[in-house]
Amino acid sequence: MSSVEYRKVSAVHGALMFVKGVAGVAAGDRVAIRDRAGNRRNGQVIKTSGDMVLVQVFEGTDALDRENTWVRFLGEPFEMALSPDLLGRNFNGIGEPRDGRPPIISKLRRNVNGSPVNPAARAYPREFIQTGISTIDGLNSLVRGQKLPVFSGSGLPHNKLAAQIVRQAKLSGETSDFVIVFAAMGVSHSDANFFEQQFETSGVLGKVVMYMNLANDPPMERLILPRTALTAAEYLAYDLDYHVLVVITDMTKYAEALREVATEKGDVPSRKGYPGYLYSDLAEIYERAGRVRDRHGSITMIPILSMPSDDITHPIPDLTGYITEGQIVLSRELQGRAVYPPVNVPPSLSRLMKDGIGKDDTREDHPRVASQLYASYTRALEARNLASIIGAEDLSQRDRRYLQFADEFENRFVKQGEQEERNIIETLDLAWDLLSLLPPDALGRVTEEDIQKYHSGKEL
Amino acid sequence: MGEVIEINGPIVSIHHPGILNGEQVKIGKLGLLGEVIHLREDHALVQVYESTESVKPGEEVVGLQHPLSVELGPGLLGEIFDGVQRPLQQILELSGQQISRGLDVPALDRDKLWHFVPSEDIEVGSQVVPGQVIGTVQETQTIEHKILVPPDCEGEVMVAAPQGDYSIEEVILQLRNPQGHVSKLKMYHKWPVRIPRPYAGRDPSNKPLMTGQRVLDTFFPLLKGGKAAVPGPFGAGKTMVQQQIARWANADIVLYVGCGERGNELVDILESFPQLTDPHTNRSLMERTFLVANTSNMPVVAREASIYVGVTMAEYYRDQGYDVVMVADSTSRWAEALREVSGRLGQMPVEEGYPAYLASRLAAFYERAGSVRTLAGDDGSVTLIGAVSPPGGDFSEPVTSHTKEIIRTFWALSKPLADARHYPAVSWLDSFSEYQLRAAEWWAANVDVNWSARREQALSLLTTAQELERIVNLVGPEALSSAQRWMLESAGLLKEAVLQQSALDPVDSYCSPHKQFKLLDIILCFYDEGADLINLGVPVEQLQSLPLIGELKRLKSRYSSDELDKITEFGQTIDDTLRVMRAEYSTNNREAEA
Repeated sequence: MSSVEYRKVSAVHGALMFVKGVAGVAAGDRVAIRDRAGNRRNGQVIKTSGDMVLVQVFEGTDALDRENTWVRFLGEPFEMALSPDLLGRNFNGIGEPRDGRPPIISKLRRNVNGSPVNPAARAYPREFIQTGISTIDGLNSLVRGQKLPVFSGSGLPHNKLAAQIVRQAKLSGETSDFVIVFAAMGVSHSDANFFEQQFETSGVLGKVVMYMNLANDPPMERLILPRTALTAAEYLAYDLDYHVLVVITDMTKYAEALREVATEKGDVPSRKGYPGYLYSDLAEIYERAGRVRDRHGSITMIPILSMPSDDITHPIPDLTGYITEGQIVLSRELQGRAVYPPVNVPPSLSRLMKDGIGKDDTREDHPRVASQLYASYTRALEARNLASIIGAEDLSQRDRRYLQFADEFENRFVKQGEQEERNIIETLDLAWDLLSLLPPDALGRVTEEDIQKYHSGKEL
Repeated sequence: MGEVIEINGPIVSIHHPGILNGEQVKIGKLGLLGEVIHLREDHALVQVYESTESVKPGEEVVGLQHPLSVELGPGLLGEIFDGVQRPLQQILELSGQQISRGLDVPALDRDKLWHFVPSEDIEVGSQVVPGQVIGTVQETQTIEHKILVPPDCEGEVMVAAPQGDYSIEEVILQLRNPQGHVSKLKMYHKWPVRIPRPYAGRDPSNKPLMTGQRVLDTFFPLLKGGKAAVPGPFGAGKTMVQQQIARWANADIVLYVGCGERGNELVDILESFPQLTDPHTNRSLMERTFLVANTSNMPVVAREASIYVGVTMAEYYRDQGYDVVMVADSTSRWAEALREVSGRLGQMPVEEGYPAYLASRLAAFYERAGSVRTLAGDDGSVTLIGAVSPPGGDFSEPVTSHTKEIIRTFWALSKPLADARHYPAVSWLDSFSEYQLRAAEWWAANVDVNWSARREQALSLLTTAQELERIVNLVGPEALSSAQRWMLESAGLLKEAVLQQSALDPVDSYCSPHKQFKLLDIILCFYDEGADLINLGVPVEQLQSLPLIGELKRLKSRYSSDELDKITEFGQTIDDTLRVMRAEYSTNNREAEA
């Protein structure tokens, strides 16, 4: 069947192409299209019946016509070839080389959609990854197999932060043994170059697989790109036993492509025109992170998404937050005060932190210190709020101390250099430096032993 | 026999004369399982529980002649099932780490032998009625599984198996019903999930469901057989609250339905529960727990089914006379599955794309909760606790607002509280419980007659403090009187010492009802006495700087539920300290008067 070319296109619009009178085409099958200029395009069957097949064309349907378009149904789902040669290469969304080198040839081919991981096969992620960034390690620790997105906005340094995490991520006490799968959708050439340079200067290029769809590449390719990238990641993790760090940017561009196709298909919109299945669709991507029992490798995922007009309740960050295991939120206000990385501490969260830190993993006081920093900083922000109304002069002694705590917390704990790598002990010691600005009776989340051991007592 | 006409995502259109609405079908070479949801002449629409990738028009469809049903019998506890009751552990052995499609694995182990002990009143010639207990099997150390006559069977016993080891496929009882029809009963039977299991009558319950969480039990109580919802934006700690309930609730059986949520959360339960002990029986928690898992990346249609599969199994244990708690996380994902299917069917959307029947489906689901008298004459209950995940944390969205009208205990989670790491982030302003009066009877009889009064005092203190805080934020703390500042201070103390509870702290994770009252009482006594002292002229700063405030905050994690006398002792210390202060000031006052 795959050798038969049909010239039976009945309608095209947007990314969709309708083919009439071809029987027995399977849902989800891959389609090869030859246009009038002889160029090849790729597509996938999204709806099929005896007399009409609906195909989604990744390169778009511009300049297709009904007479001179030849369609071939390949009779197989969307599969990609996998081999260890993937490392160090650069591909587009459907897995074709972008680096001018030959395509990957391998007997091993897998469906890019994967199949859901059996929950009973998963292993709970609990190995602390040290990123060298205090706000992450100290307050929102990342563990192997976690999916922890960065919620950002236009103009915020999410790329720098992601690059720093990629450079510095290691298990505490071990040297980095991550391979990196980098998936970029709708990013600018300069952002793509930034990442390539970062990989090159830090000498990890040979351990990176890149899947790129730039801002001026066909947007529909973004629908398949994260799936291709994650199929590669699963192969590296579960077949080749690597620990894989997947960086996906920018999920907002993915969701927008999904909305575009959904509207064309006439799907019922739910919020802001996004289809009702956006949650399930995003989950199919995010849930491919994780650890599996009796396997050495793991997939840790850091998706980056820009919140349209910095709105965390926008469907994309909102649904993402419901699927991922926490989030790192960046703040324009801190950015304005020249704090890098501008991590907005109160709304940031790591759900898997509790099992990756503490006595055997980082340090015994870590969970309580993190909780105390959160509580004290929130209290300090209230004091700052009050100060902006009645003036710092009229604050009570205690509130003035909190005010100082807020400033020092932001300028010493949150703020750090782009090349600065703090190990977890340094981060925790720094935390106690700051907590020592407050009197011990204001520290209800730590134990008395902690206070005796770590509180400097200067303010007693 | 029929054939596939069209494939549109999870909805497959088939040509199959004579098929029934609701019937299960097997589709194509892969044998994908689906359910007929729409009939028009000889054509039917099927929602398929698995991905329809690679299915072609023209493939064969077989009707299975029964609706979606679950197997009910020994072997459910400790297991993890998918949304259509396939055992995930067995699937793991069959198909590896990823779930293949078209697997046909029965829910219950066919080979395992169970030691069956027949009931004394079962003998040849006796009459049995629906729901009657015909024998027992020790399913786990703590749970004795009662084998029931299925609700649709009755008659005269013809053959009864003696005590012994049987697999669930062996016949243990043969009945002849009044029409002369013979039925062979095994230790399990099937029941269609969309039909509630029958019972003799509903009993209003007065037994509170104790979760060991202060803000839930003391402030917004839930009764056994009640229905509750936990709405909250992401990151507000919904999962933690639900897991704490699954851990510590004083129920006999806990069923956790992970509906469209994270895979790792279920793994957390699977890995941690076997190591935790039930505070009521001191046995491993896993012996009373089982799970239904349809994680967010698993097929959407099975998510719709998973809620019904779960509640039917819950009702089955209720019918054996047990108190069952079912936690459904999250009902919003279930509603989204409804929305997706209705969208594909082209049904008219009403609010935010949801179909018009959303409210009635939600109500019908929650109505399956209840405290009942079973057909066998026992008392059993199903308590339903549903998580709701409102988009953007907006409680006015359709799923939250409809749920709010149905349930009777509402534990509203607040993002600002969670951001301040105030856990559990249950808002005392937005939450409510309509069971409070009935719970009060239990507390008065079993813990302390002052429970109701103390609870109300605490809630009103918290509410007043909220208003005072608003004033402080406008004009600063100077505008408040000493008494008001003391109120604010005490409300803060109440939040830290009572409302906040750390799930990770081994001592504080579970708090017995007596300890809950003790802690509440000691804080309020301190507040009352402090307020008295302020009337006498003691400056509020002097009270605020008392070191025992810091100790009060740590009482909850210092003394376990077995060390209540230590808390009483500490109350004595407070009294002593304050008495000294009072003596000092009353002398001062007398001198001033003189």
